[in-house]
Amino acid sequence: MVSLRRAQDALTPVIFFAIVVALFPLGVGPEPGVLAMLAPGVVWVAALLATMLSLPRLFANDYADGTLEQLLLAPQPLAVLVLAKVVAHWLLSGLPLVLLSPLLALQMQLPADALPTLVISLLLGTPVLSLIGAIGAALTLGLRGGGVLISLLVLPLYTPVLIFGAGSVAAAATGLDVEAYNSLLGAFLILALTFAPWAAAAALRVSLD
Amino acid sequence: MARAEPIPSGPEPVTLELHRYVSPKTFYPLAGRLIPWFGGLTALLLAVGLYYALFIAPPDYQQGESVRIMFIHVPAAWMSMFVYVVMAGAGAVGLVWNAKLAEVLARSCAPIGAWFTVLALATGSLWGKPMWGTWWAWDARITSELILLFLYLGVMALQSAIDDPKRAARAAAILALVGVVNIPIIHFSVEWWNTLHQPASVTRIGRPSIHISLLIPLLLMAVAFMLYFVTVVLLRMRNEILERERHSAWVTELIQSADAEPAPPAAGNRPRGVAG
Amino acid sequence: MTAPHLEILDLGCTRGDRPLFAGLREHVAAGELLHVAGSNGSGKTTLLRTLCGLSRPAAGEIRWRGTSVRLLGDQYRADLAYVGHKDGVQGELTAAENLETLSCGAGASAADMRRRIDAALERLGLAAYAPYPAKLLSQGQRRRLALARLLVQPKPLWILDEPFTALDATSCRLVAALVSEHLAGGGIAVLSSHQAFDIAAAEVKRVDLDSLGARAFAWAGEPEPRPERAGHPA
Repeated sequence: MVSLRRAQDALTPVIFFAIVVALFPLGVGPEPGVLAMLAPGVVWVAALLATMLSLPRLFANDYADGTLEQLLLAPQPLAVLVLAKVVAHWLLSGLPLVLLSPLLALQMQLPADALPTLVISLLLGTPVLSLIGAIGAALTLGLRGGGVLISLLVLPLYTPVLIFGAGSVAAAATGLDVEAYNSLLGAFLILALTFAPWAAAAALRVSLD
Repeated sequence: MARAEPIPSGPEPVTLELHRYVSPKTFYPLAGRLIPWFGGLTALLLAVGLYYALFIAPPDYQQGESVRIMFIHVPAAWMSMFVYVVMAGAGAVGLVWNAKLAEVLARSCAPIGAWFTVLALATGSLWGKPMWGTWWAWDARITSELILLFLYLGVMALQSAIDDPKRAARAAAILALVGVVNIPIIHFSVEWWNTLHQPASVTRIGRPSIHISLLIPLLLMAVAFMLYFVTVVLLRMRNEILERERHSAWVTELIQSADAEPAPPAAGNRPRGVAG
Repeated sequence: MTAPHLEILDLGCTRGDRPLFAGLREHVAAGELLHVAGSNGSGKTTLLRTLCGLSRPAAGEIRWRGTSVRLLGDQYRADLAYVGHKDGVQGELTAAENLETLSCGAGASAADMRRRIDAALERLGLAAYAPYPAKLLSQGQRRRLALARLLVQPKPLWILDEPFTALDATSCRLVAALVSEHLAGGGIAVLSSHQAFDIAAAEVKRVDLDSLGARAFAWAGEPEPRPERAGHPA
């Protein structure tokens, strides 16, 4: 509810996503062959960075006005509440990225048959990014260095998702089968859904001690 | 911290016994006594190991003299992993049992592990140069080590960003545990990624077929590195203990007797916390 | 279910590694008020947050209805209402919505909840502001909104950190009356306050953290042996 009212906050990662992808042709030249080869990685890395940009906002506002404290005092299990928050956050920050990605991928000359794979990989991957990111956001509550610190903590943990996410799109672009990639990404998602809220809840308790 | 499952709280009688032996106060002098011994052993084994590595082990038929780098690179890589696991384990103990010494151990491990990782990366790069012709190649092991280095840096950055030592230790412990769980996944991903992108012509940094004459220096160096780790971690832990305990009676006494002059005002007289 | 009572046993708190106070022992039964006093920085907020379970104590134990609070976990929190330094009010939501979100999962029907929220807002003089975003409220009004939460969901234990801050005299009397009623109904309240207040309670117990803090407290799990408690498990 609150996030809906802070609409401009939700837009920033999406705009950032678009800008970053647009920067690449400017940086490496518009040659279609080069762009197409880079496309899976570029779109994925941009989505990753855009997600990271939105992470500090996950808990920071609630921390500042005291509602986070109240959340910790709720009789419901904190992990469940955290999961709810992350889902809400993803719906507003991650889902738009997924929806915008086909357009940006076309800008990067990604072959059209790879587009569904791109969307699926991001659909499975961005929630994982949000979930792992929640742990980073919870650990860095109220610290100076904010967003950059979260990035440092969370980027190494993102590498498997990036490797397989971008990998699946690259495979699709060359006509290979992506069944295995999707199952693996799905497995990551299930793992993250199971453990990340719990770890983030523990991190919240530590940060609010 | 209230949680759904019961967690043993510090002052219960069962843990009191442990408290006496592993409190920072008793550990400090104990560590002080151990350090010279470990230091000496380290120096000895390093000397022997290096001698073996540089002079006695035969050059590899394929890689020539540069294979000698392996004797530093491989043990360094092993240690970088091992120290991370120790750090995560100590962090877990500190979290669950509220044990200060475990927190100190975890904090002391981080920079040492990070340096081992840097050493592994540097020697890996040196090793690869003659073979690949470049200073950096995205070999699976090197890439994994690089990510491990970032994990270490993350833990260290988090700790230095938090002023409260308790919160710093606990947060770093959670991060280290999340990291340790992820390391196999990361390793698997990088391995897979590497096989996908590796052109067939590039040789991997494989271990040359293990011959006894190569095994001995390798193990010697590994043990030497381990002893080095123990020595340095003990040193760091002593410093960390002094830092954290600076308000307590035994530390001020220690400083007083060491200086044989009036103790300086409690080091870093911190302003009282905001809003009690 | 046993009657509500709060026991604090040998509680010691630190801020970071710096000890604040040690050896706090109190027993608060139904209808009683625990007043936490002390100068700035003596640890009042830390104590209240520790009682809530937000902070881990350095030593000692807190028991609610006879069981350790750490073992109770969620059950303890179900009995607890806390109003801290920060109001816990979200600026983007309206006053009414604020109370709704913080009371969800109560088990009461939606209509019942609506009634209670309206009644709470009415009682605290905020009925007129119900449909407006909370960020438009003044500091005092926000404080009252935070306190309104106490009325929406009846809980036996109230922990209030400086509840009278930012309130004018009328509001202070109102809040004091609320607490008195709560105590009269068999509840327990723990509060810290600089200001004088007039609350009717079966008994008012006072804790002065300044005097507690003066005792020696050696960290590292080895409290200095206190002669009057020789043989007591530290």
